[in-house]
Amino acid sequence: MEEPVAQDRLVGFIREASSGVFQTMLGLELKPLADYTEIDPAPTNAGILSLVGFAGLWAGTGAFICSVKMACRIADALFLSEHDSVEEEVLDAVGEMTNMILGNVKTELEEILGPMALSIPTVLYGRDFIKRNQGKHEWTVVPFDFEGERIEVQVCLSRNQQNEHGRHAAKPHLAGV
Amino acid sequence: MPVDILIVDDSAAIRKILQRVLRQAELNVGEVIEAGDGVEALAALKNRKVGLILSDINMPNMDGLQLLTQIRGSQEHKDVPVLMITTEGSQNRVLEAVSLGASGYVRKPFTADQIKEKLTGIL
Repeated sequence: MEEPVAQDRLVGFIREASSGVFQTMLGLELKPLADYTEIDPAPTNAGILSLVGFAGLWAGTGAFICSVKMACRIADALFLSEHDSVEEEVLDAVGEMTNMILGNVKTELEEILGPMALSIPTVLYGRDFIKRNQGKHEWTVVPFDFEGERIEVQVCLSRNQQNEHGRHAAKPHLAGV
Repeated sequence: MPVDILIVDDSAAIRKILQRVLRQAELNVGEVIEAGDGVEALAALKNRKVGLILSDINMPNMDGLQLLTQIRGSQEHKDVPVLMITTEGSQNRVLEAVSLGASGYVRKPFTADQIKEKLTGIL
């Protein structure tokens, strides 16, 4: 399968963007864990799944996954108030973190892959989400640890055939959930 | 005279952070009003004037560049400084914003000092 960007470079972009956003906006230090790739990801039972779409000559999806506890911790740090359950501010905080992290990854990718559009984040709260893309493309999974809580940032990109042939305007799309 | 400021961002978290930064900055800030997208921002500007607008780019309904175009084309608000605060960091996007009349550009994630420095330059 054709790789849009060398795996280690993509992982580097994701690590740098994630650590930078957590450090600058929340004052929290993430510990990077070993990255890997997968084609059919296991169901996500972390609790919070946030998705953005990329569009351009290469298109795909970015995901930010964390537990409810971690999402509340993120909202606490952004809003400077306590959150102990999933509410509007928690979903907003996770959506904005997704936007900042994957927006910065997108900026780095644009240097290699050309201009890309980024969708508004969609944040889901629940259990056992299964995400897939129609082309069975590979997801790059970059996990982090924060005080025993696992966070994952994932990216899946493939060449945008529709865009290449000019049949449709490029629009960001999300993986099916 | 205190400067009234409009913050435009679809994230309540970012609006709240910017409110905090503005309150803590040693600037002559008056009333701070908020909008969740470009459409809400234009509605907020219908019956009032502000001295500064801080706007995100990537927003639903009307994005920050469309809002900037509308503001620069408006008789009443065309001279209001607009600082773009966004994850959109590519050179093309920055040049596009500047060509449309942005007064400055701050990339997310940002620090309070970065915002204060830009505001001091603009105000």
